[in-house]
Amino acid sequence: MTAARLLLATVVGSILLFLALPIVVVMVVSFSSATYLTFPPPAFGMRWYTAYFTNDDWLRPTWLSLWVAACVVVVATLLGTLAAVGIGRLPGALRVLASALIVSPLIVPVIVAAIGIYYAFARYGLVGTPVGLILAHTCLAVPFVFISVSASLAGIDPRLEQAALSLGATPSGTFFQITLPLIRPGVLAGALFAFVTSFDELVVALFISGSGAVTLPRRMWDDVLYQIEPTIAAVSTLTIVLTVVLMGCAHLLRKRAPA
Amino acid sequence: MEVRSIGPAGTRQVGALRSWQPPMPLLAAPLLLFMLAFYAVPVLSMLMRSVNDPAWTLSHYASLTGDTVFLKVLSNTLYTSLTVTLGALVLGYPVALSLVRAPRCAPVILILILLPFWTSVLVRSYAWMVLMGRHGIINEALLAVDMIDQPLRILNTPLATRIAMIHILLPYMVLPIANALRQIDPSLARASSGLGATPGATFRQITLPLSMPGVAAGVLLVFVLALGFYITPAMLGGPREITLSMLIAQQVDQLNWAYAATLSAVLVGTTLAIIAAMYRLPGVGNALRMSAR
Amino acid sequence: MAAGLTVMNAAGRGAKVTLNDLEKSYDRAAAVAGVSLDVDSGEFLTLLGPSGSGKTTTLMMIAGFETPTRGDIAIDGKSVVAMPPHHRNIGMVFQNYALFPHLSVADNIGFPLKQRGVGKAERAKLVGEALELVHLPGYGDRYPRQLSGGQQQRVAFARAIVFKPRLLLMDEPLGALDKQLRENLQLEMRRLHADLGITFIYVTHDQEEALVMSDRIAVMNEGLVAQVGRPEDLYDRPGSRFVAAFLGESNFLPATVRGIEHDVVVAECDGAIIRALSASPPATGEKVTLTTRPERIRFADGAWSSTAPQNRLSVTVTEALFAGERCRYSLQASDGTAMVLKEPSSAAIRRRAVGERAEIAWSVADTILV
Repeated sequence: MTAARLLLATVVGSILLFLALPIVVVMVVSFSSATYLTFPPPAFGMRWYTAYFTNDDWLRPTWLSLWVAACVVVVATLLGTLAAVGIGRLPGALRVLASALIVSPLIVPVIVAAIGIYYAFARYGLVGTPVGLILAHTCLAVPFVFISVSASLAGIDPRLEQAALSLGATPSGTFFQITLPLIRPGVLAGALFAFVTSFDELVVALFISGSGAVTLPRRMWDDVLYQIEPTIAAVSTLTIVLTVVLMGCAHLLRKRAPA
Repeated sequence: MEVRSIGPAGTRQVGALRSWQPPMPLLAAPLLLFMLAFYAVPVLSMLMRSVNDPAWTLSHYASLTGDTVFLKVLSNTLYTSLTVTLGALVLGYPVALSLVRAPRCAPVILILILLPFWTSVLVRSYAWMVLMGRHGIINEALLAVDMIDQPLRILNTPLATRIAMIHILLPYMVLPIANALRQIDPSLARASSGLGATPGATFRQITLPLSMPGVAAGVLLVFVLALGFYITPAMLGGPREITLSMLIAQQVDQLNWAYAATLSAVLVGTTLAIIAAMYRLPGVGNALRMSAR
Repeated sequence: MAAGLTVMNAAGRGAKVTLNDLEKSYDRAAAVAGVSLDVDSGEFLTLLGPSGSGKTTTLMMIAGFETPTRGDIAIDGKSVVAMPPHHRNIGMVFQNYALFPHLSVADNIGFPLKQRGVGKAERAKLVGEALELVHLPGYGDRYPRQLSGGQQQRVAFARAIVFKPRLLLMDEPLGALDKQLRENLQLEMRRLHADLGITFIYVTHDQEEALVMSDRIAVMNEGLVAQVGRPEDLYDRPGSRFVAAFLGESNFLPATVRGIEHDVVVAECDGAIIRALSASPPATGEKVTLTTRPERIRFADGAWSSTAPQNRLSVTVTEALFAGERCRYSLQASDGTAMVLKEPSSAAIRRRAVGERAEIAWSVADTILV
């Protein structure tokens, strides 16, 4: 290896270590049996996992986050897929505006969106309710579904739809028999992104979860600010595993060529 | 064999070879209405408080110019975003380069970039708390090799925030640059060395300039995201270092809606202005789409 | 073998297609500027032209994927302009096959039958017959990505005719294939056309393909039909400079008309008298262009002779190329006009040298005024 390559390899290696280190540390600490945060841990054990699984104060927010995310998946995938398919039918200027609106949650800083939603939802009476969370998270998650499905649609040869029509399929028959099966990977990947977005979402939840709809991230945040107890490390590790698995699947789906 | 009879359907004019588009009821309408009701209208009506509280007025904006707290916070936010962007660029470019130059290691490198990318900001910020605390790994390691006598105060400083933000935003810098590098025709580098250029010269004069669209996209992405960061500064920054997003949250807690709305408008406005300014550069549009993974 | 598939409705298995003054404009540019054409029942008609000539747009209008800005399309006497494509019952083969990647070959071919409510057993039978017809028996369970280009094209064809349409449209279906495969499939298509007896409308820019396959060719240029007729008629009697140049190779001789003798135009070119055939008599003194094909010219001192009336011209050889089957000579007349002569290569025929002066001769019947 030339000197330049060696240098590059060392530099990049260190940076990658930098990237991986915090996560690895958290996962290691979660197995610590000490009562305070220290690294390396003096001994190992499952104590913080036990603390998590036996504590209702942790399990309730977990369940809430899981089923809010599940509802968000259903709503966001449905609305987002229909929109991605239908947006092509709109005339030029309208299509640009519509796309901008759908994608805007990616551009507007989350804090601004959070307080705006809080402002309005307080009036609607949706603060502190799971329904409010579902509605807000859907708006935040839908851009990912929209972009994922749109990318899938763009990859479909338009002549396939023409061929189907020429062979006698109705427009809706074409959609269900040809288009939908071909965009399935994009829809699934979008659904996975939606789940993870909702499950991990914190900023909006800080404002609108109130006391009646405390999500898991919100619970972790409260804990972090008031006491640094390694239970959070255990919870973090579990969420890391969950989101990595889901996002990994989504990543593989996007790589796969249409069936 | 008769074709089943279906209701009348018209045709729409599109260019030859584009898909024939049958009219269907506006499929995008449900989503658009949904987002108007639960996103656009809430955010816009909140922002309106900056100009119509108590009556139509621009005084809230005008008073910002003399508002020392705001100015301090704004400059702190801009400065933080700038340093984070620079740091991400310096660290990110070599990683992007190695992704493209070393195809055998690429899957491993990609995983190491994507794995943290996929974990939540909360968890990553917490991880840095663990690392940077008084009994965190950094202090323990430095103590163990006797570089310091007592634990450093890293946590709750601006430095902590910036390091963590660079860590979190690094993938947003690496991916667009790697993408741009990958699109450079490999025969250009071969032509360059065939014409007598050293590897260093080839990099400086061929590769680097051609990767600029990706660099611009990465810089844009990281800077804009850094501007709006809330969780990380709140967890790691300590009470003396406030970013604009933290100030906004504070004001909302104190129910100063007009002030919070004004600050929000400034934040959104700045974000949009920067995006608009840089969007026209080639390749930048692609990067924004990529950032949605 | 093809019996089951070729039983058609009514007399004449193919549709009659009439295009009436068809126009298609985008903004201010006209892709199709007024095309009128009558296609007979069971005919193989090719729309031939360079890219941008409007041939594909015309085909798309017949299929229903483009709406004409003016004019009418009638199939079997009934206007179809207002009918959406999925009602028109026309078979269509696309340039890149457009096979549904997520369906097997059998499901692809069975797709139109499914839309028409044909039962599973009947479907399987018809799909099997279609596969036999295109020489792919037993391929039903495979998927498009497992097939070669030629096989995919045959599946696309089978899919387009399995539901017994009276009209089949094809948009440059052989464009993506290599030369040898293309030539084999051209012959197979002619055979399928003869077997099925339905009307084929074929679009291509390859004039050799058009000449080989068609009953009639409509040569298109800039949105209009330049000439329509049988391949040999178009080749022997091109009606315009464009058709003469596009279909095969042509020599163009500038000449001045001296008079008309018994329906034959007498003109002077480069000091020599050249006789030519013309569709309509020109005026004396008019400056015209005469055309003749390179392979129909011979060196006058060669072994070949003919009793038919000849034109003769003195030329100098400027280039001599040996191209395997033929020798190709570039010639120059004394007034500077460039010509090409192609003769079959044979060890017995003397090859001419560059700079040699020679006299060339060709039939009056092969000389056309364009």
